[in-house]
Amino acid sequence: MLEYLGFTFIFFGVMAFVVSTIGLLRMPDVYTRMHVGTKTTTIGTVLVLLGASLIQPTWAFKLLLLGAFILLTNPLSSSVIARATHKSGMTLDSDELKDSE
Amino acid sequence: MFELLTTLFLLSISMAILRFLIGPTLSDRVVAFDVMGIIAVSFLVFLALYFKRDIYIDIALVLGLIGFLGATIFGRFMEKGI
Repeated sequence: MLEYLGFTFIFFGVMAFVVSTIGLLRMPDVYTRMHVGTKTTTIGTVLVLLGASLIQPTWAFKLLLLGAFILLTNPLSSSVIARATHKSGMTLDSDELKDSE
Repeated sequence: MFELLTTLFLLSISMAILRFLIGPTLSDRVVAFDVMGIIAVSFLVFLALYFKRDIYIDIALVLGLIGFLGATIFGRFMEKGI
């Protein structure tokens, strides 16, 4: 019974990955691609790790460690990439949304 | 069940590789590389479930560390140069 619940969690995590990469192909400029590419992969990874720890409960400590690591580092790396992109002078796709500086 | 989930994993990784190949600027490629790394970490955990060996989770930890360092170093390179 617990295995089916775990596979359901893994399925929803993988569907988050598929939606994320469809958005990565579809979105018009760099900042929106960064938005779909970093938020949804965080929730997808957390769902996959939760499902795996439901299927094999003896691996729960390592999976918890990996999940905490992903939750700490994934927003940090996306923030670093967004800041460097903004500093290197990348503009948005639409002309109506200029920066105020 | 495993076959369906593997197909979905490979579909998402191949779409990220497509963005990596056609991305017009450096930032697009770095974002696509980051997404590929995160999906590969989840795929290694899934392979650990399939083969029932927990050594793959250690490999997933190391791959997550290396992917994070790669994205951070590319951000620093875009900001300041080498």
